[in-house]
Amino acid sequence: MSQPSREPHAHPEGPAGGQPPIPPAAHPAYHPTAVEPYRPSLGERLYLPLLAGMMVTIRHFFRNLFHGAEYTIDYPEARRQYSHRYRGHHILTTRPDGSVRCVACFLCATNCPAECIHIEAAEHPDENIEKFPEVYEIDMLRCVFCGYCVDACPEEAIIMSNNYDMAYFTREQSVVGKVDLMRPFTFDEDRLGYRPRFPEEDALRAKMRREAFDLVSAAKQQAQAVPPPD
Amino acid sequence: MSTAVTEAPSFLDRYPAGSILPQEGMDQPTWVVSRDVLADVARDLRDDPSTEFDLLLDVCGVDYPDREERFEAVYHLYSLPRNERLRLKVPLTEEDPTLPSLIPVWKAADWFEREAYDMFGFRFEGHPNLRRILTHDAFQGHPLRKDYDATRRWILTEDKIYRPKLQVPEDVADDMFERMTINIGPSHPAMHGTFRVVAELDGETIVASEVEIGYLHRCFEKMCETHTWQHVIPYTDRLNYCSSFINNVGYCRTVEKMLGIEPPPKAVWARTILSEFSRIMDHCVCNGSTLVDAGALTNFWYYFQPREEIYGLLEACSGARLTVSYGRIGGLSQDLPPDFEARCRRLLEIIPPFIDDVEQLIDKNGIWHKRAVGTAAISAEDAVNWGWTGPCLRASGVGYDVRKARPYDLYDTVEWEVPVFHGGDVYDRYRVRNAEIRQSLSIIRQLLDRGMPEGRHIVDDPHVALPPKEACYNQMESMIYHFKLIMDGILVPPGERYDMVEGANGELGFYIVSDGSSKPYRIKVRPPCFPIFSTFSDLIEGASVSDVIVTLGGLNVIAGELER
Repeated sequence: MSQPSREPHAHPEGPAGGQPPIPPAAHPAYHPTAVEPYRPSLGERLYLPLLAGMMVTIRHFFRNLFHGAEYTIDYPEARRQYSHRYRGHHILTTRPDGSVRCVACFLCATNCPAECIHIEAAEHPDENIEKFPEVYEIDMLRCVFCGYCVDACPEEAIIMSNNYDMAYFTREQSVVGKVDLMRPFTFDEDRLGYRPRFPEEDALRAKMRREAFDLVSAAKQQAQAVPPPD
Repeated sequence: MSTAVTEAPSFLDRYPAGSILPQEGMDQPTWVVSRDVLADVARDLRDDPSTEFDLLLDVCGVDYPDREERFEAVYHLYSLPRNERLRLKVPLTEEDPTLPSLIPVWKAADWFEREAYDMFGFRFEGHPNLRRILTHDAFQGHPLRKDYDATRRWILTEDKIYRPKLQVPEDVADDMFERMTINIGPSHPAMHGTFRVVAELDGETIVASEVEIGYLHRCFEKMCETHTWQHVIPYTDRLNYCSSFINNVGYCRTVEKMLGIEPPPKAVWARTILSEFSRIMDHCVCNGSTLVDAGALTNFWYYFQPREEIYGLLEACSGARLTVSYGRIGGLSQDLPPDFEARCRRLLEIIPPFIDDVEQLIDKNGIWHKRAVGTAAISAEDAVNWGWTGPCLRASGVGYDVRKARPYDLYDTVEWEVPVFHGGDVYDRYRVRNAEIRQSLSIIRQLLDRGMPEGRHIVDDPHVALPPKEACYNQMESMIYHFKLIMDGILVPPGERYDMVEGANGELGFYIVSDGSSKPYRIKVRPPCFPIFSTFSDLIEGASVSDVIVTLGGLNVIAGELER
């Protein structure tokens, strides 16, 4: 036990064993109250409260046995259902023709606190679109899944899924390129994660959401029909 | 505001003119103190009946390379009896950054001064153990100086590893029994992270020990200086990762105060509720892991189910369970989910039975009593002198809580009380947390009964918050704001501010200096468990090895916050 700095309130035995600390009287913050030092009763010294504790575990045992109050999930057969805001693996959305929606404006890379997004821009063959990303890579080991890239994107070109199965054998594999981001594990509505429009929101947004999902479903068909370019 | 420091206390006359200069225009009373008189001023501030600054909250440095006196050592003081705050600043030159150590006045200064030495190279004269604390022993230079390149790397080789020479008390040193030095940690399952305790054992009793930290140091504060204001928020998640939302709130509140903006009522309401849920979660983790370390495994399950359910709520709000990043400067990152209130109500139903079960199971359990009652007991006086705050301090009989002392958000509009216990031991730290869980539930219930305020979740200020996505897609002006805000970031007016919230294990303070640019000039986190853990060596001396484990669990030391 350390020596007190101002000796009048020294408690060499520790407050629980002996006298409780007597706070200075004029100290409103110290809440001076009369304190009884803890003295176990006879029953407590005979460890009788253990029986009361045991009743709790026995109650839980029978409740679980007969009422099936299950708190666990049979992972990996069953999985926890995450919300539509879950920030998981990224998805690069596509245009109806299957090309990438991203216009390489670099906002996501600028807004990334972990600096894990690498973009190399190139001229787009279509005159109406200025740029597209020649290279778009996310280092999943650096990424902190904060969702700032989705917040930054003015084109809804990057969204997140609720996929959290990310395991790699090498560090090189953890750098996920454009093609893999565009051809993600799913376009399933239920498995989409954080994105600017959530399906659970109001009617106005639900309309916008349908439009957004039209894009996604179109992209899904495209992705299945033809492999994305480059 | 206060009387004691704004009206100059009587002892000021004793010091030479010009050695203490009040600084105007600050968020809290600030004195610029010459280092020659610092030790005496500190003692007077603590002992004088008109000031009574008994709690040293924080010691840190700030580097201003353009100034003649380049460094500034900053002390934050708090007076428990008077509920007042004071900031002391000590200017120091680059050639001779020495100043007196304040350990004789406040023991809390011990590790804080070591940190300031480590980060800035201040030399505290009279410090008994002025070594690096967060960086390793092969580290060169002082990382938070502005001229230190953040990309440099230093490699620690085996021959440079610090091996403490423990001072054994004489009565133990003389006896004939063999002693043994053991390392507990850094990779030990009961050390809750990465702490290393080097303990000298006499039989099973610890006669001397030294605590080594810094294994999880990632230079949070240097990284903040290289990122924009909004980018700091994901970093704050990783301070106290058991209650990451409270860190978000603490940081965002400080920056909002600097910007002079108020988050909308809905955000404040949600912040209060989610902070309390985070606190419940943190207390569940702490008590559950303490008990499981003591062998009481069942309680661990009972505690972790509420935590699991709260994670579900946070995930529905923010999209992540652990590192929520839900706060934003000016409000919240997203609107609350439509079923937010229903989810909260459900949690209010679920959580109390689990806490009841734990209390029935363990509160009067004789085995737990023998492990916990009287273990690592600390008196109120000592705890204050060591800079303790939070549940650990309240278990020692001091009812200091930021939510009462300086209410923020909605805490002054609800009825609740600060649970205080007087044993100061592991058992009372456990009980105070259980009592706080109940108080938090009561706060949440009252706020839910009040109903969710209408309105936006974030301020409608395009210089601070990103415009809604629909506006960004459809309006030119919003699009420009969107780009401007992401390219340039928020511009925080020059100035400095110390603001605090009640974190799950004590006062979580953010001392922020801004130079008006889009990046913070200096962010210092006042981690609540840092001064608490600095006491650890004293707490375990004379105790047995098994007490070390229970003590550490009861203190709720979180490595992410301790080592930043």
